This record gives sequence, C-alpha cells and structure tokens, in this order.
Amino acid sequence: MLSFALIIVAALVFSGIITRTKSICAGRKGPGLFQPLKDVARLFKKGTVYSKNTTIIFKLAPIVYLASVLTAAACVPFGGRPGLFSFEGDFVFFAYVLALGKFFCIIAALDAGSSFEGMGASRESLYSMLAEPAFFLILGSLSLMSGCISFTQIFSNIDFYGNILGLGVGIVMAILLLLIAMIESSRLPIDDPKTHLELTMIHEVMILDNSGFDLGLILSAGYVKFAMYGALIANFFIIGSLPLAIGIFALVQLVCAVTIGATESFMARFRMVHNPEFIFSLTAAAFVVLFTIINY
Amino acid sequence: MLPLYYSDMKPLSIKNLQTVAFSQIPSTEDYSEFSALVHELMAIESCHCVNYFAYKKNDALRLIMCIANDDSASIEVFGFSLNDDKLESLQIEACNRFEREIAENFDLSLLNHSWPKPLRTTSDDYPFYRDEDEEIHEVGVGPIHAGIIEPGHFRFTCKGEKILNLEIMLGYQHRGVEKLMVEKLMLSQKAMLAESVAADSAVSNSVAFAGVWESLCGFTARKELLYARTLACELERIAIHTGDLSAICGDVAYQLGNAVYGRLRTPVINFIQKWCGNRLGKTAVRPFETPYPFTLELVTDLRVILAAFEKDFVEMSQKIRRFPSVLSRLERTGIVTTEQAEAIGAVGMAGRASGIYRDIRRSHPYLLYQAGNTAVKHHGDVYARTQIRMEEVVASIGIIRSLLDSWPYNEYSHAKENYSPAADSFALGLVEGWRGEACHVAITDEAGRLALYKYKDPSFHNWTALELAVRNNEISDFPICNKSFNLSYCGHDL
Repeated sequence: MLSFALIIVAALVFSGIITRTKSICAGRKGPGLFQPLKDVARLFKKGTVYSKNTTIIFKLAPIVYLASVLTAAACVPFGGRPGLFSFEGDFVFFAYVLALGKFFCIIAALDAGSSFEGMGASRESLYSMLAEPAFFLILGSLSLMSGCISFTQIFSNIDFYGNILGLGVGIVMAILLLLIAMIESSRLPIDDPKTHLELTMIHEVMILDNSGFDLGLILSAGYVKFAMYGALIANFFIIGSLPLAIGIFALVQLVCAVTIGATESFMARFRMVHNPEFIFSLTAAAFVVLFTIINY
Repeated sequence: MLPLYYSDMKPLSIKNLQTVAFSQIPSTEDYSEFSALVHELMAIESCHCVNYFAYKKNDALRLIMCIANDDSASIEVFGFSLNDDKLESLQIEACNRFEREIAENFDLSLLNHSWPKPLRTTSDDYPFYRDEDEEIHEVGVGPIHAGIIEPGHFRFTCKGEKILNLEIMLGYQHRGVEKLMVEKLMLSQKAMLAESVAADSAVSNSVAFAGVWESLCGFTARKELLYARTLACELERIAIHTGDLSAICGDVAYQLGNAVYGRLRTPVINFIQKWCGNRLGKTAVRPFETPYPFTLELVTDLRVILAAFEKDFVEMSQKIRRFPSVLSRLERTGIVTTEQAEAIGAVGMAGRASGIYRDIRRSHPYLLYQAGNTAVKHHGDVYARTQIRMEEVVASIGIIRSLLDSWPYNEYSHAKENYSPAADSFALGLVEGWRGEACHVAITDEAGRLALYKYKDPSFHNWTALELAVRNNEISDFPICNKSFNLSYCGHDL
C-alpha cells in the first residue's frame, strides 16, 4: 500500500521536475512544477472528439493503458515491504501487463487509420520489443542473485551494500533500468517529446488522434509510469527504517528526473536508425551483468 | 565581353539594375532559334536562368528569357513571340518551373515537358506521382501543419521508414502579388507589396524593388541610402540565419543550441525594430529615401550588440561543430549533389552548400557590395547548409563593422522630388537575400505606368532541391532537411 501511495505522490511531480530541469538548463523561466498536472486537469474537463473511422477499441485503449500502468505499479514493492499484491513470478506479470496496455495503444492507433499513427505504432512496438530482452536479463540476474522469483523477495533478500561487487552490479542495473525507463516512456535520446513534428515522433504520433479526456488518461499513465520505474530503481538502494527509506526513495526519484531532464537539455535525439543499436547495447550490458553474477 | 554566339540570334546584355528600352530586347518568331540560344547560354558553366516569363501586350504573347552570366556580371535578355496556344518545352531542368508557370498563367499546353503539372493550382485531383507497388505506402502531410508555418502539401512515397519520393503541391498562398503591383498606383503601396511578398525577406525584396524603381526613374542613390540598405540587408541575414540555426537545433532536439541561438536572434531583431519600428525590417527601405535616419546613437548601439552577439555565436557554433550527438544527425542527411544542384539551377545558400559558387553580391554587385569570395561547401548535406549559415553570419558581422567604420553621418537630405519611370522600359534587379537570389523585373507601358512586375523567389528553384534532398532518407529526417532549406511558401506562390 505504502509503495503504491508513494508512486502516486512521486508521479505528481516527476514530469514537473523534468520540465523544470530543462528550463533551468536553457536559462528560461519555464512553467511551474505542477504544470503537467494542471494540463491533465484541464484535459479532464474537456470532452473527447472521435473520428468517424474509429471503433470501440479506440475508446477502450486509453482506459486499458492507464489501468495496465496502475496495475503494474501496484506490484512494485518498497524495500522489503510488498506492494499492493505480490506473488511468485510477479515481475513477468509486471512486464506483460505493461505490454498489454501498450498493445491496446498500438491497435487503437491502427484503428484510427491515419498514416501518421500507423508509423508511430510501428516505431513504438519495435523499440519496446527490442528493450524487452534487456529488462528480463536484469530481472533474471536479480532472481539469480537472490534465488527468489518475486519482486518483494528479490529486494528483501539482496543486500547491495554488502560488498563492493554487489553495489557495483546494483548501480549498473539501476542505470540500465533508467535507460529502459527512458525508452519505455518515449524520452530522449530515443524519442523527442517536445517536437510537434508528426514525422519524427514515436509515442506522440501514436496518440495523435486522442483528445480531451482520453488524452488526459494517456498523459496521467505516462506520469505514473515514470514514477513506477523510479520506484523500481529506488528499491535497489532502500535500506533501514521507514523515514530513511522514504528519504532514499525521494532522492532516487529526484536523481532520475534530473538525469532525464539534463540528458534532454544537452544532447540531440538519435538518428532513428541508430535507436536499435543503442537498445541492443543495453541488452549487451545486461548480459555482462548476468554473467558477472553467474561467475560470482 | 560577349561570348561568341553560334546562334543567329544575339541577346541583349545588361547589367544588374539597368534600365533599357523594351524595344531593344531582341525577339524572334522562330522557336528553334530561341531554343538554340537558350541551350547555348545554359551550357556555359557561369550562366544560369534567373527569370523566364511571358508578357502579353496587345494580344501578342512575348516570352522573355533572362540568363545571368556570373563571370561577366551581365544578364543576357532575349525574347520569343508566341503565336500559338502550344509551348514547346526547352527540356532544360532549370527552366521547368518557369515553363509550368507560363503555361498555367496563359492557358498554354506544354509539349514534350517532363513534368507538365500545375504550379500554383491546388486541387484534390492533383496528378501526384504514384507507385502501385504493394509494399509502398503514401504519407500525406499538410496543407495544415503542426506549428506556425505556411500551408503546403507534401506527398511522401515511402518504403517502411525510407522516403523513395517526395512531391510538393504548393499554391495555397497565392495572393496575386504581381497583379496587385500593377493595379496599385501609389508608390508606397507598391513598396509595401514588395516587402510583403515574403516577410522573412522583407529587406532584400524592398531593396530590389527600390533599386528597380529608381533605375526606371533614372535616379542615382546617394551614399547614405546605399549604406543604410546594405546594413539592413546584412542585419536581416544575421537575424534569419541565427533563427534558422536555432530551429535546426530544435528539430534534432538539441535544446542548448535551440535556446542559445534563439536568444541571440532577439537583440538583433530588436535592434532592427529600434531603428525602423519593425522587427522584420519592414519600412526600413523605400525608394528615393531613407525613411529612418541611422544616427550616431544607433551606430554605437549596434557595435555593442554585435560584440556581445559574436562572442556567444562563435562559441555556440564551435560547440556544435565538435558535438557528435548533433553532428550524427546533420552529417550525410539530405544530400543534394553538385550535379543535381546545377541541373535544377539551385541558388543562394542552398546552392553554395552543394558546391555552386553563386552569390549575386559578388557576381553582380549592387549597393556597396564588391566582387570577392563567399563561403562554399561541397557536401550538400544538412551540415553543409548549417555551416554556410554559421560562416555567413560571421561574414555579415564583418561587412557591418566595415560599414560602421566609414558611416556617412550628416549626409541626410530629405529632398523629395517627383520622379517618374521612363516609358516603354525594361528593368531587371537581382539581389542576394539570405535565402538566395531574388529577381525583380519591371516593364513600363507607353505612359510610364507599370505594365508588368515579375518576381522570382529563390525558393522557386530550391523547392526542387528539397524534393531531391530527402530521397532515400528516413522520413523522420524530413523536418530537419526541410528546416535546413527553410524555403518560402508565399514567395513561391506569390
């Protein structure tokens, strides 16, 4: 319960922190911390416009997407404390419930029948598919390290602070997870959320036809997703009493958001053909982690 | 220094901004003679077609060809009287669009033309190039775009993420500028129209209009007029190039470049506003006068602004030149080869990025410009066009500094005399705006009224360059290719 509540709280400010970091780096005054929330609130007050070509799938997709992200967030633990639910193999459930949401977004994009959205859907599915091996290699390494197959048990059994190798592996895995989070959340250097050019975007072009309330749902799901990955990363470092653990959680979330913001300020997006190469290199790094643990 | 002509027909050789009697322009009724001379001139490396248009006088249609020779700083003008409703194509790539325009305006049918499509007529059944292959899909973008840009329809033929072909349908912005130029009788109205043809080139177009009009009136511009106009042209170049660099960085999602160049552009356009009351430099240039005197205070201000600008501009440009993340997006993207650029008659900055030495400021000097060197790149990619911009901005700062050093103070005289254009005359003006060469042609009737005003924007040639540049590129790289040219829709559509 605590974990889920903290994720929701973090989700409220995560996007705001990214935007703030970017505007500070650009020397601009920039919007306030809660501007993303205000945007969503504004969208929730609006009606939704549906194209005549769309079917029930298009109306269903935003709800399924948000539900899938919330369900996934519910199984993220908080240190040794379980999430809303926990069972053996829940990390597989975590990955595929997210995939289900994404699947609905993709078929909804195809449902609208515009040439842009088909393009976005194909890009989004390609990059998520490529990122999947890296995610499972990391989770596989964790279960190998701990000998357990549920999130809660994994994080309560592993003490990353125990030795220098454990800490090293933990940090590498945390960085890899952050990069996967950036791919899954369609941020730089894979995707550019700031541009309004339909030909270059990935995620944004996929949801081009969604408007009003539905768009609000998709945006909120995006915010929760950030915080959820942040919480997963925080689990690597959480130790000690509850106040200390919450402090570490907040710090990790802040570091993740600032890292994303700084990356987006000081580098350009990859050329799209280079994206698979980048994602494969994450898989390669995850393999190195796995082999290190096997030999250990 | 006329070349030896093999054709029977001899062209009239004039200088930039020179007025001649219309009757002096040689004309023939033999199309093969005309065509032979065009081919002969266009085969010379230093020659390119700057304008080719039709002029209807007393129901007789006269085609007038203007070919600029960069080596001799002359423009060869000659004509052909068409007594038919069919126009045989010259089959020269660089004249393609001109022929389409003539055919469209005078309802002629084009014979043996490689691309006989409308130029400024938009329609739902526009004959787009189609490929029936099942693996190929079409993406239509526009005419309404994301962001604040002008309307134009882009039809991509793609295989997966790769662009096989791009065809652009323009004409949404057609306002009938050339017709209005003739209809509006007041000089101030004409001047306002000239600078509104394309607002991002307001200064260079009003300089060209003023030059052509003054030439028709036999007016020789005083020194301070030339100084103010040259300065305005270079300020415009700096402002727009810097804004484009900012937008190029924005399109590759490089926030730092986007923010820094964006910030640098502001003091320059604000200075233009301080001088003439408009950030785009509208009203800065008018025929016969300098409406806003360039005072000592402005000179001092400009020196301070330029010093601050140059330091940051050079630093940012250095950083981009060494930054792999940005370079990997710009290099080898959107290549236009020198052969392609030459064939389509690419002009200006885009031409120079593809290895074509073509700069009207140097080859056909006007205002205070002198013959000299200009930056040329040979790769023809987005990076080449980015570098050209960076180098031209620095060069323009140099030009402005040397102007300020010898600024003619206290020479302002507002002697408003009444000048009127000579009757039955022809005047042609070429200027190098930031985008490239713009060609203004004016023809007067027997009463000395304007009978025809033809404008040719640099975009007229360069839209074809964009179509060629994006072939075999990723569709996600289209915006950056497009931005690297930054062509004008309204300048093309008129």
